[in-house]
Amino acid sequence: MSARTYELIYVLKPDAPEDEVNNLHGQVVEVVDRMGGKIDKTDQWGRRKMAYEIGHHKEGFYVLEVISGSGELMKELDRRLRVTEGLLRHLIVRVDETTIKADRARTKRTEESRRRRIARGLPPDRQPGEGPQGMDDDDANDMMFDGPDMEER
Amino acid sequence: MSPFGMKKSGPGGRGGKDAKAGDKAGAQRRGGGFFRRRKVCKFCADKIDDINYKDVKLLTSFVPERGKVLPRRISGTCAKHQRALRVAIVRARQLALLPYAAD
Repeated sequence: MSARTYELIYVLKPDAPEDEVNNLHGQVVEVVDRMGGKIDKTDQWGRRKMAYEIGHHKEGFYVLEVISGSGELMKELDRRLRVTEGLLRHLIVRVDETTIKADRARTKRTEESRRRRIARGLPPDRQPGEGPQGMDDDDANDMMFDGPDMEER
Repeated sequence: MSPFGMKKSGPGGRGGKDAKAGDKAGAQRRGGGFFRRRKVCKFCADKIDDINYKDVKLLTSFVPERGKVLPRRISGTCAKHQRALRVAIVRARQLALLPYAAD
C-alpha cells in the first residue's frame, strides 16, 4: 500500500472560536495518526468571504491540510467530517497524480526547449540578458487576460 | 514561438511579446468584416501545468458575472485545458470559492 497524497479543505463557521478550530484540527490529527497517515502541511487561510451564503453565513473560516495516507483513512475522515457540526463544507482531493503529471509536463517542456536551443547552437539554458527584458509601462497590460471577447456575438 | 501563424515583426528575442501586441491590434473592425483576434490558450501560453481549484484569482477570469464557465470559443482555451479548468471550477464552487450562479 503505497501512500497517496490528499488535500483536505474544510470550512468552519466564521464565528468559530479558536479552540473549536484547534479542536477539529486535533480530531483530524488523531484520525490520521491512528490510521497510519501523515500530515504534511496545515495551512489556515482564515476568514474569507464566500461566493454564496451557506446557512446565512457570508464568510467562512478555511483550513487546508495536506495529508499522505491510504484511501481508507480519507474515507474515515470524510465520514467523520460529514457528521461534524459547525462545519460548513469540506472537500478531499487526491493530488499526487496531478502533481506528477504537472512535473512531467514541465520536464518535457524544458527538455524540448533545451534540445531546440542546442540545435540552434545556443547554450541549453537561457543566458542572463536574453529573452524578454523586464516590463515597461506599456507591457503591464499584455500579461493580463482581459476576459471574454465579445466580438463573436 | 508564435502558435498563431503571425509574421514576426522584426528580429530579436521578443517574438512572443510582439506577436501578443500585434494580436491585440488585429482585433479591430476593418472594411465591414471582422478581423477576429486569434486566440491562444492561456494555460498553454503561460505554461500553467496544474490548474488548481485554490487559485481563485486565475479561475475568476474564466467565470463571468453570471457564474457560468466561459466557453472555449470565447476564451480560446484548448480542449485539454478547458477540461481541467472545468474540474477546478467545479471544485472551487463546492467550497464557495466561486459562485454556482450569481443573482
